[in-house]
Amino acid sequence: MSAQIPETPPITEVRVGPDIFRVLCWLASASAVAVLGWIIFEIVAEAYPAISKFGLGFLTSSAWVPNRENFGVLPFIVGTAASSFIAILLAFPLGLAIAIFLSENFLPPPVRQLIRFVVEMLAAIPSVVYGLWGIFVVIPLVREFGNWAVVNLPGVPLLSGPAYGNSMLTASLVLALMILPTITAISRNSLTAVPKTLREGAYALGATRWEAILGVILPTAAPGVVAATILALGRAMGETMAVAMLIGNSSRLSWSLLSPGGTLAGLLANQFGEADGLQVSALMYAALILVVITLGVNLIGEVVLRYTQKQTAGIR
Amino acid sequence: MKTKLTLPLAALVAIVAAGSTVQAQQLSGAGATFPAPLYQRWGAEYSKLHPSIQVNYQSVGSGAGVKNFTAGVVDFGASDAAMTDAEMAKVTNGVVLIPATAGEIVYAYNLPGVESLNLSREAMAGIYLGTITKWNDPLIAKDNAGVTLPNLPIQASYRSDGSGTTFVFTQHLSAISPEFADQIGADKSVTFPVGVGGKGNEGVTALVQQAPGAVGYVEYGYAKNNGLKMANLQNKSGNFVSPNLENAAATLANVVMPENLRVWPVDPEGPNDYPIVSFTWLMLNKKYKDAAKVKALKEFVAWGLTDGQTFSEELGYVPLPAPVVEKAQAALATVQ
Repeated sequence: MSAQIPETPPITEVRVGPDIFRVLCWLASASAVAVLGWIIFEIVAEAYPAISKFGLGFLTSSAWVPNRENFGVLPFIVGTAASSFIAILLAFPLGLAIAIFLSENFLPPPVRQLIRFVVEMLAAIPSVVYGLWGIFVVIPLVREFGNWAVVNLPGVPLLSGPAYGNSMLTASLVLALMILPTITAISRNSLTAVPKTLREGAYALGATRWEAILGVILPTAAPGVVAATILALGRAMGETMAVAMLIGNSSRLSWSLLSPGGTLAGLLANQFGEADGLQVSALMYAALILVVITLGVNLIGEVVLRYTQKQTAGIR
Repeated sequence: MKTKLTLPLAALVAIVAAGSTVQAQQLSGAGATFPAPLYQRWGAEYSKLHPSIQVNYQSVGSGAGVKNFTAGVVDFGASDAAMTDAEMAKVTNGVVLIPATAGEIVYAYNLPGVESLNLSREAMAGIYLGTITKWNDPLIAKDNAGVTLPNLPIQASYRSDGSGTTFVFTQHLSAISPEFADQIGADKSVTFPVGVGGKGNEGVTALVQQAPGAVGYVEYGYAKNNGLKMANLQNKSGNFVSPNLENAAATLANVVMPENLRVWPVDPEGPNDYPIVSFTWLMLNKKYKDAAKVKALKEFVAWGLTDGQTFSEELGYVPLPAPVVEKAQAALATVQ
């Protein structure tokens, strides 16, 4: 992450200030790395009894039965992946549309600034508030929809009954709203970073606005948009409080979006307080899996973002 | 560098020394969330009477309470599941279990138009086993003559977090239903084959409040304060008993306290006994090092066992019957 510091030219007189500063910077960045390493070490150490007992079968077993000391996290991995994926599916088109709208000159700049500010403020709302909003607003709507869908759309496995208010669909809808600002903000940045010359070139060749957006601007900004999506995915996977309040916290696998589900983060938030013995280890093992998944997703996001910077650097 | 440090350090020492001369005695406790409103009320009321004593109770959950107490980071612990013999063996200074209050667990339900609901023992277990899925199931209807039960799916609601409430609830269902004992079992966190989970008593309360057709097990106080309707449950004698404090007190009066004061009326036998009632315990060490602290702690708990019981009813708890108070006081006297 640290940027390359250019080599300081050799100097004859002794300068203490920059050296101390450099040491402090080193210490600060090293401690950040050390803390991450320490966290992972601690999780692995605590999880070890469960790792040695269940091995990789932990990932594929769908039984999470604390009182029988039988642990498997497949439903929670599936729940984490499904809720984040659906959230992205909903938030991506909307977020990208907002980003395009805000990066083009459809509206006068002050209005654009205002909309941008409001969308980015969504990121500042605490997760528990989203959860409460979900309970009072989204759950009743989803229940209504679910009851209608079970009667009127029989035979659709994704919408099979019985319909619950606290369900995968509810959690995904709220997650979509929570990750919207991430997608919008980063996509907008990469759209506005598209060089003016490219835009002007497109218009000079007689492209309409939509041709310019779809044919030139979006492809140029695409890697940034992809990075935004992946970072948003990372956020959705790690989200805990709102999901735990809305998803229904069940460890049963179901095809239906109207059924309750569970996520890894929600599982940890729910069960850690009262766990003991092997259950603690199993929860730590689940935490390790969550850390690995989210680190992986963020790493991919980072790589794609760097790729963007290289690409656009060439055009500039 | 050195001189700069010593000045604030001296000031700090002076402040600490001044603080200790005031002799504000701090008592810290941690544990079960279910009795927390009562213990916190006790702390506030007791500080009014004895301003020199501050009681700080953190409601972190029974399991965490046992952990903190075992590690010695709090003066007393609290747990709905008491402590097992194995857990008690780990505490170097010994453990005295003191039943401090009691609560009942109710089947709170949301059925528009159904003001009174009787649930038989088969129905109680069947709802959580997933064998009864509709409210107009004959197994429920046969005990509710004259009540029009809607053709609604049952949304069974449970605690998604580990909890003493789940422990007491599953213990009772395991006692009355062999299928429940076999398929689900009794523990602080179990896996139900049906339904939807909410975090905390308030989470389950919200689930029941919001969804017509929902039923959930919560502490009486939560159901009462939120205006939820509560089912009458069939007890061992076959009677349908409503979850009022009188019937819960009847259950407690019939409990025979063993030597270690750890007992659950898992399936009470009296004709008016409400079936799901449990004590909740305070955990004290047998020996404390600080004489002033142990004196304050014993006085506080003794007050809670007597005068403190008067706050139980308004908060939805069941006051301890006199014989239990006597035994608890005797146990408290052994703390040194």
